[in-house]
Amino acid sequence: MDDRFELGGVTFTSRLILGTGGAHSLAALEQAIRNSGTEMVTVALRRVDAAGPSGLMEVLQRCGVRVLPNTAGCFTATEAVKLAHLAREAFETDWIKLEVIGDDRTLLPDAVELLAAAEQLVDDGFTVLPYTNDDPVLARRLADVGCAAVMPAGAPIGSGLGINNPHHIQLIRQAVDIPVILDAGIGTASDAALAMELGCDAVLLASAVTRAADPAAMATAMRHAVIAGRLAAGAGRIPRRHHALPSTPDEGRPDL
Amino acid sequence: MVVTVNGREREVAAGSAVADLVTELVGSADGRGVAVALNGEVLPRSAWSTTQINAGDRLEVLTATQGG
Repeated sequence: MDDRFELGGVTFTSRLILGTGGAHSLAALEQAIRNSGTEMVTVALRRVDAAGPSGLMEVLQRCGVRVLPNTAGCFTATEAVKLAHLAREAFETDWIKLEVIGDDRTLLPDAVELLAAAEQLVDDGFTVLPYTNDDPVLARRLADVGCAAVMPAGAPIGSGLGINNPHHIQLIRQAVDIPVILDAGIGTASDAALAMELGCDAVLLASAVTRAADPAAMATAMRHAVIAGRLAAGAGRIPRRHHALPSTPDEGRPDL
Repeated sequence: MVVTVNGREREVAAGSAVADLVTELVGSADGRGVAVALNGEVLPRSAWSTTQINAGDRLEVLTATQGG
């Protein structure tokens, strides 16, 4: 099946993007990356003395995946723009997963700061992939300022609640002409499949794999879920009915 | 001389370049996965070896870490 995914001028075969956060070891992360079949993973930038064990970049290089830096932990557009520029220096990429968080408890995006940061970073030549609310109007505004995709949350980061408002994800799909990537909230494989069935072009997830009891097995599950959901979305599901519709013909029934 | 590195005071030899500090902190200065901000501004990797650190400077030295 030739079903390529175009994002920011790059063609991907896999429609699964993996976040590297939450893995208990680099070995577990590496196995998860390989099993997931992903071609791009997110990374963060932190102070050297607070950073976890080194060797992350070597693992990613061995896996042959693209690196998508994020601006996790930023609360203002100013902070996020600065961190994006630092990421550009560190990883030699113009791609940025733009996160501008509104509060600590929900980690949901601050729409006003997010839009301002997105506009600035597009002006600065970045390929901007914003983590956004499941708000079709905000998605349109982000597309209007030149973002390469929109990445609506299914549910709060790390919550594993799945897709709280499937209808809004469908509305976002209809509202913009750029790729829609479901980001955050995925708990298990059926959530990822649902995202694809709703019309998303790809899924970004981290905790669902890295914090699963068996990350390698869940990574395999996610790989198949995204493929299954994508195929189902294109296959045209049957309409929902209130009552049964027999699949065996009534005609020719024996008189017993 | 005393500078602030990642929020903590640190003694740095006078005349040190930013590249020297990065090597000390990260183990090498090839800079892959590393970024530096000097007094709140991004310092491009190409300028690390030619930028001297001054007393009282505030530096952030960042590196790749796992994140979603």
